[in-house]
Amino acid sequence: MKTPRTWFLAPGAFVMLSLFFLPLLIVLAYSFLSRGAYGGVLPPWTLESYARIFDPLYLAILWRSIWIAAVSTTLCLVLAFPLAFYIARAGARKTLLLNLVMLPFWTSFLIRTYAWMFLLRDTGLVNTLLLQSFHIVRSPLPLLFNTGAVILGLVYGYLPFMVLPLYATLEKLDPALLDAAADLGAPPTVAVWRIVVPLSRPGMIAGCLLVFIPCLGAYLTPDLMGGGKTVMIGNLIQNQFTSARDWPFGAAISLLLMALVLLVMRVLGNKGEELL
Amino acid sequence: MDGVSFCIGRGEFFSLVGPSGCGKTTTLRLIAGFEEPTSGQVLLDGRSVEGMPAYRRDVSTVFQNYALFPHLTVARNVAFGLERRGQTGKASIAERVAKALDLVHLGGKESRLPHQISGGERQRVALARSLVLEPKVLLLDEPLSALDAKLRKEMRQELKSLQRRTGIAFLFVTHDQEEALSLSDRVAIMHRGLLEQVGTPPEVYRSPKTRFVAEFLGDVNWLRGAGVRPEAVRVSRTMPIAPERAAAAVVESQTFLGNCVHLHSKLDDGSLCVAEIAQRECDFQPGERVHLWWRAADEFRP
Amino acid sequence: MKRFLPAYACAAYLFLYLPLAALGVFSFSNSKIAVWHGFTLAWYGGVFRNAALMEGALNSLLIAAVATVAATFIGTLAAYALWKKRLAWLTGSLYLSLLSPEIVTGISLLAFFQWTFHSLKLQLGMHTVILAHISFSLAYVVIVILARLRTFDRSLEEAALDLGANEWQVFRFVTVPLLLPGIVAAALLCFTVSFDDYVITSLVAGVNSETLPMIIYAMARKGVSPEVNALSVMITVGLGALALISGRLERAR
Repeated sequence: MKTPRTWFLAPGAFVMLSLFFLPLLIVLAYSFLSRGAYGGVLPPWTLESYARIFDPLYLAILWRSIWIAAVSTTLCLVLAFPLAFYIARAGARKTLLLNLVMLPFWTSFLIRTYAWMFLLRDTGLVNTLLLQSFHIVRSPLPLLFNTGAVILGLVYGYLPFMVLPLYATLEKLDPALLDAAADLGAPPTVAVWRIVVPLSRPGMIAGCLLVFIPCLGAYLTPDLMGGGKTVMIGNLIQNQFTSARDWPFGAAISLLLMALVLLVMRVLGNKGEELL
Repeated sequence: MDGVSFCIGRGEFFSLVGPSGCGKTTTLRLIAGFEEPTSGQVLLDGRSVEGMPAYRRDVSTVFQNYALFPHLTVARNVAFGLERRGQTGKASIAERVAKALDLVHLGGKESRLPHQISGGERQRVALARSLVLEPKVLLLDEPLSALDAKLRKEMRQELKSLQRRTGIAFLFVTHDQEEALSLSDRVAIMHRGLLEQVGTPPEVYRSPKTRFVAEFLGDVNWLRGAGVRPEAVRVSRTMPIAPERAAAAVVESQTFLGNCVHLHSKLDDGSLCVAEIAQRECDFQPGERVHLWWRAADEFRP
Repeated sequence: MKRFLPAYACAAYLFLYLPLAALGVFSFSNSKIAVWHGFTLAWYGGVFRNAALMEGALNSLLIAAVATVAATFIGTLAAYALWKKRLAWLTGSLYLSLLSPEIVTGISLLAFFQWTFHSLKLQLGMHTVILAHISFSLAYVVIVILARLRTFDRSLEEAALDLGANEWQVFRFVTVPLLLPGIVAAALLCFTVSFDDYVITSLVAGVNSETLPMIIYAMARKGVSPEVNALSVMITVGLGALALISGRLERAR
């Protein structure tokens, strides 16, 4: 299929080239320019933006983002594993249970984040219950607008992304293996730890890939759940293109973030691609 | 594949037979137009079809898994090729579809979907779909291999009669030598990408040109450098009068096969021989000395 | 362990659905705070009477519709061509676009529009949002269709070729009809992703084209409002219904 194939690929290739690669190239160029007065960029060409990244303030933000993403990913993994394991062995109800996990993901991420705000605010459901209904505390607990809330929001938002690849791998696990382990004298916890976990490595790697990267570049969650107090890379970048009006600096950090993303993709391999 | 070359005559039932991996399906695909040869040509009616894509070649393929379009009814499946040719007139298409379905004895199932009919019926739809286009050659890729034994025997006869009625040349690919021998006007045996022999069934069976052909088409006794079929070996206690070929042997065992008996014996030079004899002729005991004899014409030296 | 797993699963599902359920319950509560004060549909009515919300909803629907049609069309063709013969850079870039942080995609498109429009004297608006949405949803479409094609029986295409259909006719009469459930599923996914997008949209939308997520975000930052609760419930139910339909189609045939 020679000529038809070119026609079929052309629109897709054009979109990718003009609306994905070209914009990134422009960002690359911008990162070497200087800031304009009202946003935008101007000559001269300079490496100043990249130098500023090494300012301790910004390095702290970078480190915080990596740390939050790592913690969120680990929590996701720990929480998702038993769930995925349960669903994979649920027999006829497998698909239904899996769909129930995926369903929230198909609705709005923004709304799901907002829902947690509704629960955790000072006047939210949890505090109302604790304060007024059960009188457990005397003043509202600061459940929102801190790092913990951000992590909670991220874990909640990306849990399905961890469950799906884990399920895909665990579903293929031969149940006879666990029976064999029991037969040879291993109690269930040992069997899971020594057999199921090692065999589900591809799923775990894919899941970590699918969760860590969005967490690293998160914007909405730290902004809403963190109240703007927990600044991650995503917030920093957005800031440069809006109020701070420092496009070159924003461009430089964006490229740094992309470099981190590519690094993680490289390190964790192409496992995600196979399972997607 | 290397040096494969053969001709199919107009209206001939031609079989391409060999074990899996011998290249017979590849040959079929080269003729159909799904692959291009790296050297050599495919000629249709004397004209080369080189570079011609599959949809322009006047040949039609019946696929091993039938490849019926699941979203179309039987009638629309059969009509597919006609519609692509821009045949005008819904009536004339419907008429030709009905004729083709009648030819394969499937009248009345026009509005069924492929998953609603049996495997054997699906095969007939595949046949009708190809035959309705009246191709110069019909290529059949192991069409009977997915059917159970009983259905297979029935379909064999139907295929043969179908070919005679339509007069279209059939190129029949199979790994079953019995099928090939029973159905074909001529047979080509392939092995590891090479063409071993081409000829009529009696020719290739009685005068195999290579050891492979001899052993592929049936059982062979290799005695003193020549090959003899078990059914050609006669056995007796007494020395036969003026035999063309003979040997003395000791009976080892016999296998009862229902319609005949296979007598296993060992010649004086150590080689083993299986003789196929009628049940009533067989009262030989193990250890007995017997005489084996056959005609010179039944021998072959590939 | 036999008892632990089901209990854990129950807790996990509760965790997943509790926030949305709470929103749902209190969207009917006759109170501005998280206290139950009687049943009311007032907040739902308020949503429809809010002109800004309605305009935002219309914008979001329009953008999602146009972007979905375009991305599904382009993506199906691209996925088909990629299935026939791999093209490493295109597949790679699609995966990269999928994994790229939205903030980076957003600012890169902003920079792109600003750079190109400078010479063309154009502004940011609905058209830029639509282009942006097509760009990031293309990867979703390609992945869904490619997954479908992986289980597609190639001999059906060969049979069609054999019977006289050229490549375009094969695509039109055999491949597309059989791929249709997958195409619709991809379109529904595309619509959902586009309708929900905040980050990229907010960066390239310009002044006059507010989408629903942008309005909800602004309201959420100001504080919890019962109208937002009601709106959230409606959107969740709507998108959830689309998801269920899409799931039905994935399982069809």
